[in-house]
Amino acid sequence: MSTARGREKAAFIILGFATLLVVLPIILTIVYIIKNGFSAISWEFITQSPRNGMRGGGIFPAIVGTIILIIGTMVFSLPLGILSAIYLVEYARDNTFTRLIKLSVVNLSGIPSIVYGLFGFTLFVLFLRLGTSILAGALTLSIMSLPVIITATKEALEAVPYSFREISFSLGATRWQTIRYCVLPYAIPGILTGTVLSLSRAAGETAPILFTVAAFYLPRLPRSVFDQVMALPYHLYVISTQVPNMPASISFATAFVLIALVFLMNLVSILLRAHYRKKKQW
Amino acid sequence: MHKRISEYVIEGCIRLSGFAVIGFVFLIFLFLLKDSLSLFGIYPVKEFLFGIHWLPISEPPKFGVIPLLLGSLYVTFGAIIICVPLGVGTAMFIAEVAPKSLKHILKSLVEILAAIPSVVLGFIGIIWLGPFLKNSFHLTTGMCGLTGSLLLAFMALPTIISISEDALAGVPKSFKEAAYGLGATRWQALWRIILPSASSGIIAGVMLGVGRVIGETMVVMMVTGNSPIIPTSILQPLRTLTATIAGEMGETVSGSDHYFALFAVGLVLFVITFVINFLAEIFLRKARR
Amino acid sequence: MVDDVIIKVVNLNSYFGPLQALKNINLEIHRNEILGIIGPANSGKTTFLRALNRLNNLNDTYSQSGEIFFEGQDISGISDSALRKKTGIIFALPQVLPVSIYNNVAYGPKVHGVTNKKTVSEIVENALKKAYLWDEVKDRLDLPAPRLSGGQQQRLCIARTLAIEPEIILYDEPCSGLDPISTAKIEDAMEQLKENYTQILVTNNTKQAARVSERCGFFLMGELVEISETTALFTHPKDQRTDDYVTGRFG
Repeated sequence: MSTARGREKAAFIILGFATLLVVLPIILTIVYIIKNGFSAISWEFITQSPRNGMRGGGIFPAIVGTIILIIGTMVFSLPLGILSAIYLVEYARDNTFTRLIKLSVVNLSGIPSIVYGLFGFTLFVLFLRLGTSILAGALTLSIMSLPVIITATKEALEAVPYSFREISFSLGATRWQTIRYCVLPYAIPGILTGTVLSLSRAAGETAPILFTVAAFYLPRLPRSVFDQVMALPYHLYVISTQVPNMPASISFATAFVLIALVFLMNLVSILLRAHYRKKKQW
Repeated sequence: MHKRISEYVIEGCIRLSGFAVIGFVFLIFLFLLKDSLSLFGIYPVKEFLFGIHWLPISEPPKFGVIPLLLGSLYVTFGAIIICVPLGVGTAMFIAEVAPKSLKHILKSLVEILAAIPSVVLGFIGIIWLGPFLKNSFHLTTGMCGLTGSLLLAFMALPTIISISEDALAGVPKSFKEAAYGLGATRWQALWRIILPSASSGIIAGVMLGVGRVIGETMVVMMVTGNSPIIPTSILQPLRTLTATIAGEMGETVSGSDHYFALFAVGLVLFVITFVINFLAEIFLRKARR
Repeated sequence: MVDDVIIKVVNLNSYFGPLQALKNINLEIHRNEILGIIGPANSGKTTFLRALNRLNNLNDTYSQSGEIFFEGQDISGISDSALRKKTGIIFALPQVLPVSIYNNVAYGPKVHGVTNKKTVSEIVENALKKAYLWDEVKDRLDLPAPRLSGGQQQRLCIARTLAIEPEIILYDEPCSGLDPISTAKIEDAMEQLKENYTQILVTNNTKQAARVSERCGFFLMGELVEISETTALFTHPKDQRTDDYVTGRFG
């Protein structure tokens, strides 16, 4: 028996060690960026445009650009994603076609981001003649975000007790009335959480915006949806790889701002989830 | 009670949206195919698929995809060797060994890792990991396959860990209790009973992790050195399928052979990840039963 | 004894996928009666009830053959919405929406297009009164319905059904989760409702069927074995199987 116990102890130590090897770098990475980036963060940094070939000044246009792209992505992906999920959960019958739809959702989620970039370029920028623009970039990011929103909405809808629907139908409500009054209102928390999460991922993506919207240096803010725009992830990429003699503190600060934005959105999503869990009445 | 017209409209939109997803997958495939075929009109498919030289700007240009494919495979393989044991091990730790409070913290940390944008990891590769490896191993440059593999392994961990952890946690309690009833230790129950039952789910998680790694662009573009030759060792610079597209697209003229060739590379990527995801989904279905 | 036929079921066969739940059901339901449906578990009682308001169709695998006539009209020609407005149903476990008492009852009228606030408020009050719940909740109509007791919730379910002004009320083992006092209250309500509504009561409790119903049908394994006046069914049933069930030889 003692050898079995001994083996168990050894095994658990190895597992713990593996976990440590995973967890330590995560913490160190975050600390590393915060430590080195925090010093360069200032009000000017966040509110001014870059100067001196990106080596000085601030990253304001990139921050604005990312926020614009987030909003644009939400505008396109949210309605389409929610409606698709409603179809899958409330209307679709259990047949091959439905299975095809579900398979397509899975596939969309596995397509590499650069392939989305290619697709966005050829469809939105060229074919639909939108040019490299906020519109093209947002549309590309939206298609990329669809699977996450669809999945989150689907789970939220399925979590609503079936009895609500049964009650509604038995009183003579139509399917849409049932969804609108007895299902959707209770799925909104889950949908919201999933949406914020999906948008936080879109905010950090570089590949899809490389050819569809990202501008290298655009100190003025965009005037229409057909304009290009700077974006935080692209900016970080450019200053890390293509600007010689780049002061490291600015690069770290840019990475810091990007991470802070993404983490803030994640935090909002987590807080939303906790808040609605408390308010649940069933 | 008649359905109002507005209801017909809304239900129409809902049904259309349901089909939209299929439409997008087809659209992506179609557009990639369209431009790839433009290449295959003037450049033989066989030389594309099996050619060992990727020299898009030479005269005549060569578009052999093998160096890129091997670059992707090398870097992926390197990443997998690292992240599968670490990831599955961590999943086992979280699922079976860690006390409840620690479990929560660990899962949150993994979620934090999942949230880090890939460009930030690429940045870390350039500013710290690359130079670190260069000095430690006395390499000519830190921008090589190894740097890429390490960062990619890091990136794939959340996928592997969360899917594996779900699979392990999903094993019916009765299995565990039966094992304990026969006198097994927690480790024996974990190794001999729980792990095998969760194997379908874990395999699915690994496959999805592989898919993620093969499809990753920014990290490899920033740290693997971008030299599109067949790599002889992981300590050398190499080029992946993804980095090729991202890196060279900006330099091509729309409608040129090089341009179409990049779409062909995109098509190859699409097919590879399609197959991986399809297989992973099969394993996930198996696991759910 | 009222002899006006309100529902006529002809050769009804029901299937869930390959499984046959109802075999060749033929029966007539009379206006303003309380019809009891008894039988052991899985005999098709609930399936029969739910065929009357097409609630079975919510299940993807359901199919049926045969006809059901409502006042002479084939119900397959009536929309789901209109049919379910005519036939309210009370489920076995009290199921309320997580909204206020008022809104639970007001939901039915709302989906059928009643927008005038005063009208709705009158409908709600009348329905709660007829369900013997008004006195207990009239001062707290804003209370979330899930906070009511089981018996009160079930009476709330009756009220919300009454609010859509059905002609028929279906009860699917409505008292199975309730204490005797709540059960008695519901049985009293049923007695009062007889005047204006036709009621069909599916129950596992033969004594309840004996108390409440005028006619009673015995279902066994998807078949309607026998249907007759309640006292006759219980005291001298025509079929041996009925006799075995009501005397408790199996159940």
